[in-house]
Amino acid sequence: RTRRRAHPGAAPAMNCRAEVLEVSVEGRQVEEAMLAVLHTVLLHRSTGKFHYKKEGTYSIGTVGTQDVDCDFIDFAYVRVSSEELDRALRKAVGEFKDALRNSGSDGMGQISLEFYQKKKSRWPFSDECIPWELWTIKVNVVNLANEQERQICREKVGEKLCEKIINIVEVMNRHEYLPKMPTQSEVDNVFDTSLKDVQPYLYKISYQITDSLGTSVTTTMRRLIKDTLAL
Amino acid sequence: AMDTDLSSQDRKDLDKFIKFFALKTVQVIVQARLGEKICTRSSSSPTGSDWFNLAIKDIPEVTHEAKKALAGQLPAVGRSMCVEISLKTSEGDSMELEIWCLEMNEKCDKEIKVSYTVYNRLSLLLKSLLAITRVTPAYRLSRKQGHEYVILYRIYFGEVQLSGLGEGFQTVRVGTVGTPVGTITLSCAYRINLAFMSTRQFERTPPIMGIIIDHFVDRPYPSSSPMHPCNYRAGEDNGAVYPSVEDSQEVCTTSFSTSPPSQCVFTVTKAHFQTPPPVVTDTLKVPVMGLAFSHQLSSSRLSYQPAALGVGSADMGYPVLFAGGLNAAHPHQLIGPGKEGGVPPIPSQPAHGTQADQERMCTPLDGVHYSAATPSSSEDTETVSNSSEGKCGSPHDLLETIFIRKVGAFVNKPINQVTMANLDIPFAMFAPKNVELEDNDPMVNPPDSPETESPLQGSLHSEGSSGSSTGNTHDDFVMIDFKPAFSKDDILPMDLGTFYREFQNPPQLSSLSIDIGAQSMAEDLDSLPEKLAIHEKNVKEFDAFVETLQ
Repeated sequence: RTRRRAHPGAAPAMNCRAEVLEVSVEGRQVEEAMLAVLHTVLLHRSTGKFHYKKEGTYSIGTVGTQDVDCDFIDFAYVRVSSEELDRALRKAVGEFKDALRNSGSDGMGQISLEFYQKKKSRWPFSDECIPWELWTIKVNVVNLANEQERQICREKVGEKLCEKIINIVEVMNRHEYLPKMPTQSEVDNVFDTSLKDVQPYLYKISYQITDSLGTSVTTTMRRLIKDTLAL
Repeated sequence: AMDTDLSSQDRKDLDKFIKFFALKTVQVIVQARLGEKICTRSSSSPTGSDWFNLAIKDIPEVTHEAKKALAGQLPAVGRSMCVEISLKTSEGDSMELEIWCLEMNEKCDKEIKVSYTVYNRLSLLLKSLLAITRVTPAYRLSRKQGHEYVILYRIYFGEVQLSGLGEGFQTVRVGTVGTPVGTITLSCAYRINLAFMSTRQFERTPPIMGIIIDHFVDRPYPSSSPMHPCNYRAGEDNGAVYPSVEDSQEVCTTSFSTSPPSQCVFTVTKAHFQTPPPVVTDTLKVPVMGLAFSHQLSSSRLSYQPAALGVGSADMGYPVLFAGGLNAAHPHQLIGPGKEGGVPPIPSQPAHGTQADQERMCTPLDGVHYSAATPSSSEDTETVSNSSEGKCGSPHDLLETIFIRKVGAFVNKPINQVTMANLDIPFAMFAPKNVELEDNDPMVNPPDSPETESPLQGSLHSEGSSGSSTGNTHDDFVMIDFKPAFSKDDILPMDLGTFYREFQNPPQLSSLSIDIGAQSMAEDLDSLPEKLAIHEKNVKEFDAFVETLQ
């Protein structure tokens, strides 16, 4: 089920739509389930590389796609054909999975994918990051007792993920706010132009682990000091 | 009227977008039901022929069918384009699984910019379609197709007919795009009442553990390096089966402007180049269109047999899978000519020689036959000795099929075999030559290393695990004496246990044997100074070459 609400803390002039998805999975399914959701979102939020030409026109490269079969879930999904993007997501999801495992919590946490725009500020203020879409996947890790339960879980989680994909597509189809197509000088404020074959909107991934006391510890992938936040 | 609000250029562009959107929609749907993983490459430079900035291949037969159904028209109110996906069993039962509908309603969005917003939203809608086609129940069914059923598609234009989906069918909306002339909607109605055809029924064979031959997978034509994503190239030489396919292909080159929308620049140019001639396979008289591309390594002629499925030509389904081929080539299933309605599998090794090939390809013209079940593990060693009756009239000089085995969740891949005779491909030695799997399959009988007899041969035929009494008899199957889980490989007469044992003792690589290795190494070292001298002499040339790369 997805719920929409304004993202707390966003600038009043701009609403950031937020979608929340929840899944219950077995430990070994966490990575694939997260990748399936994140890749599906990024499929819709990536374009081909822009090539700016004179007179303010630009052309767009081509986005390829590929099928991915899950090993631990009866499920398959489509992702953008970009090894760089896949690596970045796998890294983030891997860290999330490790954090979940090491936290000693009841196996609950959430991973967030946020799309943002950069707004340049004058010195001495640093650039602002203004989110415009936030996807949160709440994960509940379950432990199963025997092989039969695992088999059922494979199928059930596969069906659940099908529902999630349909939910994501529903949201995408609303054609709500998207950043304006930028000029050449602004493109890095809207898109991640660092990849060589595709161009996703600027995004960041973060996660929280809920420990058994109900408090949460936040780690941001790109934060330099994440090492000091050991649980 | 509403049309006058739209500039004529915009109207032309819009019509073109809708037309190509419809064609791409059909491609995505059909390709998603081929039963295999699809993979296309991203390209940072626009190639000019990738509509909607997405790399979606065009299977010519599918485009042909779509154009035929549309007959020059575009989806409009009351005139929807529908792609019907159905399943047909080896016994001839068929059942509609899904209807994908591309419809137009009257709700217009006059304000929207055609060449910019509509185009990008259509692109987004295609991405949604890529995602949704993997989550309906028919996807999993289509990944498992081949042995007991195949998935067919049919395109029609006009009124949507959902009655074939049974009671309680469900609908999923893929998305909508508003345009100045109406709102395009794309949705799928799918059957959920699969009671008598549950997926479990088709899971009698567990997934096959096998070998990924990556360079044959997902690529219609060989390229020089393995492990690349799909790359569609036209075959070098094949007869054009569809002369009616347009010679010129409309190319979409898009430029977008970041200035205010009124200055949008959008150019569509017509590039006159030959539509890639369809690749066809000259084997079975089965209307196997879509799959021909993904499974052919080289060209041959497709026999187009509209009546083959016993359905009226007006509403025939085309097997999305190379149905006949997989059966014909299946080593365990021989289809004797003249047999109707499915043939009990004859689980045995065919007779020697290329005759076996010919037999397999003799699918009777009056129908497509599928084997009902895969052979159980206790195989008969009955040799098929119908080489005399097996001869079909047609001299099929090219049995073009591909040996595909995959590992993974959805692995029930059909198998076709390729004759590698004229193909220059990497790892050619691992491709099965003409037919005798056991004999020529290097996995089973790897080429002997020069010095010693291959230990594989020994291990294959010893240990009692294989029932073959002597060395390379073609008649016998490898008898298994135990059944490891998921070990049944009914594509190759080799089970997991045997495979494992064989590969515990691979033959010595010839390059690793001391004398040959040392010899070549010594030669290499000796020739180094000479080579260096030559390179030094040519240093100016190299530099010039590097310059050109920069």
